[in-house]
Amino acid sequence: MNRLLPFFGFLLLVALLGFGIWWNTQHDQREVPSPLINKPAPAFALPTLDAPDNTVSKASMLGKPYLINVFASWCVACGEEHPVLMSEASQLGVPLVGYNYKDAPDEAKAWLEKHGNPYSLIIVDREGRTAIDFGVYGAPESFLVDSKGVIRYKRIGPLTPAVIEKELKPAIAVLAKEVQP
Amino acid sequence: MIPELGQLALILALLLAMTQSVLPLLGAWRDNRALMAVARPAAAGQAVFVALAFGILTWAFVQFDFSVRYVADNSNLALPWYYRVAAVWGAHEGSLLLWIFILNLWTVALAAFSRHLPEVFVARVLGVLGLVAVGFLAFIIFTSNPFGRLLPMPPDGGDLNPVLQDPGMTFHPPVLYMGYVGFSVAFAFSIAALLGGELELAWVRWARPWTNIAWGFLSAGIVAGSWWAYAELGWGGWWFWDPVENASFMPWLVGAALVHAQAVTEKRGSLRAWTILLSIFAFSLSLLGTFLVRSGVLTSVHAFASDPRRGVFILCFLVIVVGGSLLLYALRAPKVAGGKPFAVVSRETAILIGNLMFTVAAAMVLLGTLFPLIGDALNLGKISVGPPYFGFLFTLLMLPVVLLMPFGPFLRWGKSDSPPLKRVLLRAGIAAVACAIVAAFVTDGQGKAIAGVAAAVWCGFGTLLYVFKRWREMPRGRRYPAEMAGMLLAHFGLGVFLAGVLLTESLSVERDVRLAPGQTENVGGYDFRFDGVHEAAGPNWSADQGVVTVSKHGRKIAVMHPQKRTYTRGQVQTASAIDAGFTRDLYVALGEPMDPKNVEGAWALRLYHKPFVRWIWGGGLLMMLGGFVSAGERRFRASRVDEKATTQAIPAIATQEAHA
Amino acid sequence: MTGRKTLLAFRTQSALLLLLMLFAGALFAQAIEPLPFKNHTEEVRFQHLTRELRCLVCQNENLADSNADLARDLRREVFEQMQAGKNDAQIKQYLVDRYSDFVLYDPPVKPGTWLLWFGPLLILLAGATVVVITVRKRSRAGAPAESTDSASINEEDDW
Repeated sequence: MNRLLPFFGFLLLVALLGFGIWWNTQHDQREVPSPLINKPAPAFALPTLDAPDNTVSKASMLGKPYLINVFASWCVACGEEHPVLMSEASQLGVPLVGYNYKDAPDEAKAWLEKHGNPYSLIIVDREGRTAIDFGVYGAPESFLVDSKGVIRYKRIGPLTPAVIEKELKPAIAVLAKEVQP
Repeated sequence: MIPELGQLALILALLLAMTQSVLPLLGAWRDNRALMAVARPAAAGQAVFVALAFGILTWAFVQFDFSVRYVADNSNLALPWYYRVAAVWGAHEGSLLLWIFILNLWTVALAAFSRHLPEVFVARVLGVLGLVAVGFLAFIIFTSNPFGRLLPMPPDGGDLNPVLQDPGMTFHPPVLYMGYVGFSVAFAFSIAALLGGELELAWVRWARPWTNIAWGFLSAGIVAGSWWAYAELGWGGWWFWDPVENASFMPWLVGAALVHAQAVTEKRGSLRAWTILLSIFAFSLSLLGTFLVRSGVLTSVHAFASDPRRGVFILCFLVIVVGGSLLLYALRAPKVAGGKPFAVVSRETAILIGNLMFTVAAAMVLLGTLFPLIGDALNLGKISVGPPYFGFLFTLLMLPVVLLMPFGPFLRWGKSDSPPLKRVLLRAGIAAVACAIVAAFVTDGQGKAIAGVAAAVWCGFGTLLYVFKRWREMPRGRRYPAEMAGMLLAHFGLGVFLAGVLLTESLSVERDVRLAPGQTENVGGYDFRFDGVHEAAGPNWSADQGVVTVSKHGRKIAVMHPQKRTYTRGQVQTASAIDAGFTRDLYVALGEPMDPKNVEGAWALRLYHKPFVRWIWGGGLLMMLGGFVSAGERRFRASRVDEKATTQAIPAIATQEAHA
Repeated sequence: MTGRKTLLAFRTQSALLLLLMLFAGALFAQAIEPLPFKNHTEEVRFQHLTRELRCLVCQNENLADSNADLARDLRREVFEQMQAGKNDAQIKQYLVDRYSDFVLYDPPVKPGTWLLWFGPLLILLAGATVVVITVRKRSRAGAPAESTDSASINEEDDW
């Protein structure tokens, strides 16, 4: 029996490694789940892209759920995501708030001019300070915030039609139910 | 056409490897000499074809044959020839070919230097090595063909990763693989012993030189990797506990345990099962390293492009090889503890404790490396396990080893008297404490530095005490047999290593500074004067090259040229300037210009003063040398030439067992 | 803007990076960044702290070495919080609140990491038990035959 111990230990190891291979076909290794899910979104006050003197704050956004989408003109994957947003934004049932991350406003505007603007509102974080509060570590990222200002869902990486169907829309549906009764 | 020949050569090698494994093993089982005799020619033939494939791939690189995808991906017209040759093992497919090539070198060496061993045994050993080769050849042919075509042929290729364009990286993989793969020999010996039910111990004596050499190579490979990371990655660190480093360190730790356990088994007949198990572990961990690096299961600095298919293949191979050997071990390992008895105070006990610590340390490294995966499996969230964890636990686990080591040579097999040990404790202890007190004054009471000096003197002086003893007591020519000399070198190396690690860690000074031309910064007592930046160019890069003049007390010491290179394909790479010294390294890395317009010409620079950093690698090289020297032991050779000696030794031990 | 390139590579799994070995961070120049420290002690504290934090973009690198844009931002953040008098634990907590325990190279001891921290101890205890049993058994197996007599017999054979 003792002599079989190394063998059993090895089987455990194989199971773990096999799991690892499987897990990595399902998950992006670089995805770090946010600790902010189901926690209040950080307070923010950021200027809008159109009118830099206007500030949008967390408080001013309370009362209605919304989806924040972190994007930048220098971000290649955002370009891949963009057509999806263009076609899906109107059907989400929540306003899509653009979060322009570490970008030059002129370049962002030119980029939106070229690719179209799916956002109902765009806030600007040139320094990336507020983004740290949101735990942003790349672009694109998307946050679903409910009417009480709590982050309910986060997507790291581009929103794809599949992700929107399987993850985002159900999450939005849950929010809609909460509001009605 | 020629690359297809390379592929064909690999396929033929696979067929020969199958022959080399199946027929001799069958022959050994059925006692058929004709089948057993197939082993050597098959091994030689396989080696010829693998060498051919290796040569063809190298030739494709030398000739810029960009119709081969692997060549196109990893080289370009501007890459100098020596890096084109090194590019052969610069990525997954080619490095796997190198792995197999080296396995063949070991196999051929074994086939050549085993004429004195019983034919049945050699047939089994070569058969097992053939099985390993089958696995790896199938792996390369079915999942990682280096000869795949890229059509239409591009006019120019990509590039060899700039961090690999360094002399250190040219040598690191071959030497490291010599170590990794070398453990396959000890493994094959153990499996052959299990298959043959050979409970006598002659095989351990035959296996020892091979194990020691493999361990020496692994030490050298790790040193080369560490030095390369220090010089090339530009971080000035020498060890990062990255999964890939850990993958090479685990077999090294188990190998260190194995080298000692084999000595016990060979000389005293004890720990037989344990020695076999360690041989299996050492090689399994080498295979596991291959898996970790190539399956993409873990995030690592140096991971190869990952592909789940490859992961599945290696995992299946692991299950067959490691699972099979562990089952065989469970069935066939010696059930009774044989060998001569030993007292509590004896060399056997000390080696057992050392073995325990080495093995637990390896298990700890394994656990820490794989824990992020366990975290995923048990839904514990994403967790990082890094240097603070490994460093802390490793230090704790190695403490007993360091404390016991000077006693090792003084301890006698079987039973040891305490007076000589007390003398060691007293002398090495006094030396260590005295030096620590001096160090405390010199370093202003830096805890780590004091500990480093104490530990180094304890190990180094403790080892020298034994050198003195032999010098006094033994006649000339019989003082230091090769095996003992190797042990002393390796043990002394540990002292040197400890001094290097702890002094570097505690006394290094690192500064990030902004310097305009003519400005001077003092780091660690050295004045670094920045003399501006000019353009420089190499065969396939252009660079901003800084000029830094270092002086101490007004005396000029060195002019250093840190570079920031831009390679052919636009990759930017820092090339640090290092002024190496016996007691300190000066290290300068060039950052970026400090302001966009750069009117002043100020740049960001990183300056290091690293005391004794070279001792880290010096210690490692002494350990390597220890492994090599001890393999030259006359007794190992004598047993080869004079078979009677070994056959005589067996009944002697058997009688001993009968008594016990 | 090398850091941005890193982000880009991370998101698009750029072909180049997949083809080459994934030395994600090392493809770029290292992070050299003179910050206005009050004194050397503070600089050492900063180096030590940023080395124990993991960069989220180049996940193979620590915060001190990474040249990613975000790493630079986070280094500034750490620096400013140090200037504001926060201690290391507070700064770590600040990052953990936003990026989870993943940023800590020194995993905290909590139920989820008990196996990690105490596992080696368990293995050591189990192994030590085996060693003790072995040594006791073997030392009782019979009087050790040699070595008590003078060291003369054959020193060389002892090796």
